Amino acid sequence: MNGVAFLIFKMDKKCKENDNRWLHRFAVASAVATFLLLGAGGLVTSHEAGMSVPDWPNSYGYNMFAFPISKWTGGIFYEHTHRLWASVVGLMTTVLAVWIFLKDSRKWMKWLGVAAFLLVVAQGVLGGLRVVLIDADLGTVHGIVGQTFFVLMCAIALFTSRFRQKFSGRKLNVPRNLRILVLAATLLIFFQLILGATMRGQHAGLAIPDFPTAYGQLWPDTSPAAIVRYNAESGNPDIITSFQILLQMVHRLGALAIFICVTTCAVMAWRQLGGRDPLAKFAFFWLALIAAQIGLGAWTILSNKAADIATAHVLVGALSLVTGALWYIIASGRPTKITEVETAPSDVFGTLAANKR
Amino acid sequence: MPVARAADIVGTITFKGTPPPEHTNNLIMGDPTCGKMYSTPPTTHFYVVGKDGEFADVVVSLKDADGKDITGKSTGAGAPPALLDQKGCLYTPQILAVQTGQKLLARNSDQCVHNVHCDPTVPGNVERNEPQMPGGPDLTFTFPKPEMFLKFECDVHSWMFAWVSVFDNPYFDISGTEGKFTIKNVPPGKYTIVAAHHKAGTQTQEVEVADKDVTVNFTFEAK
Repeated sequence: MNGVAFLIFKMDKKCKENDNRWLHRFAVASAVATFLLLGAGGLVTSHEAGMSVPDWPNSYGYNMFAFPISKWTGGIFYEHTHRLWASVVGLMTTVLAVWIFLKDSRKWMKWLGVAAFLLVVAQGVLGGLRVVLIDADLGTVHGIVGQTFFVLMCAIALFTSRFRQKFSGRKLNVPRNLRILVLAATLLIFFQLILGATMRGQHAGLAIPDFPTAYGQLWPDTSPAAIVRYNAESGNPDIITSFQILLQMVHRLGALAIFICVTTCAVMAWRQLGGRDPLAKFAFFWLALIAAQIGLGAWTILSNKAADIATAHVLVGALSLVTGALWYIIASGRPTKITEVETAPSDVFGTLAANKR
Repeated sequence: MPVARAADIVGTITFKGTPPPEHTNNLIMGDPTCGKMYSTPPTTHFYVVGKDGEFADVVVSLKDADGKDITGKSTGAGAPPALLDQKGCLYTPQILAVQTGQKLLARNSDQCVHNVHCDPTVPGNVERNEPQMPGGPDLTFTFPKPEMFLKFECDVHSWMFAWVSVFDNPYFDISGTEGKFTIKNVPPGKYTIVAAHHKAGTQTQEVEVADKDVTVNFTFEAK
């Protein structure tokens, strides 16, 4: 854990000389554009429109950018706008990577820019191959890579900011156990997002039509006779399978585990860092996101998977992941010992002061 | 020496009780092209049940006496093509059955673009996704492997589904609105007759065919 803190400190000691407000603003704009792209992707899957444009990179034989608006009907609207917006994000990421390469003296930041560029290219190709190869599993991977890319873009925005310096340069240290718990909760959220993406690929969002119970029970019957009964009564055109039901139950249990983890993180941050510490406030913001996310998950089921609600569920999930990741990154810029340290005027993270002692 | 002739298996499918309610398709009304074709929103047609319980859209087929698929008997290559039409932004018919190797034509009778996406689950049957413009030529699909309720969908219009069952023999039928079915020219022998409904499940009976037509009835009950 100390190694991570040292690495982050080392990575950021050139922060001041790399103070480039416009680069930071562009990085933030790129992260926001990525967030909107996640929303556009969420709308595609929520409207089950992922295959509505059967060709790629063309759209119904047209050059993608010349596809007539009059043909953007039904699911095509969602899929085609997703592709166009993805092109914008791809362009922004390319500009960002070049900008970082030219203007940021931190070697690791250059590599981060290159990684973002490679990831956005890979993500675009994945999305295209999902359509061309008609492979739903690639669609699931596309969803997971999209979330990962969003975290990377937010991290770049953070690393190009002075906000992180201010946020990290506090007197109080962040205890090791709190950091580990935050990391565990973030990884749990990532696992939950993988489950969510798999559920979307499996059309399993409505495999269980009620909440908080499951077919009126705490744990649903998944015997063959019960599955026949569920299908007979279901308004869902797709056949419900026991695997889909189990997948959703694991997703529900995952949500409970995350809620407990993040609640513990918030309480620990409050107690150990104090209520006025930005990281403590950030932890409670995180908890609010998780609570909202659970509410949106329930609403998705109760609304019969209304597309806007299901998409909001995807977006708040992405925000929950990125909040945990940024919390951990920021905390890694602080020392782990629970001792009061003075922040030197020239010290950007407080880490320097801690290390001097 | 008398030669045993093939016989027909006939029967009626009945649904007992109240079928689950159908769902109103509000999505179709929100579509600027498809919505114009309806004054009131259509509903799903999962359970097509007549006033006396006549149960339509049940796929009735034969397996051998051990309950195994009858294979290698397909006459699909020479059979006339089956038609899956897209009309009013819905598939017609919604339940269809063909033989392996038999052509299935997908037609677009609408004034809007559709994509025809078949999503088989049995290895050997290939998933395809083809665009089809208004007035465009029919798309031809064939499937080499037997599969029950192979899903067809339009991703442009997320409410459009059809299910095609594929058999490696010609011994099948789908019950009509009167609940009746006929499996023609069945060679003498012992069989398992299967009645499968996409939502209501599957029932089987043993049947022996000699040189006279055989009647087999099925009754599905509300769950």
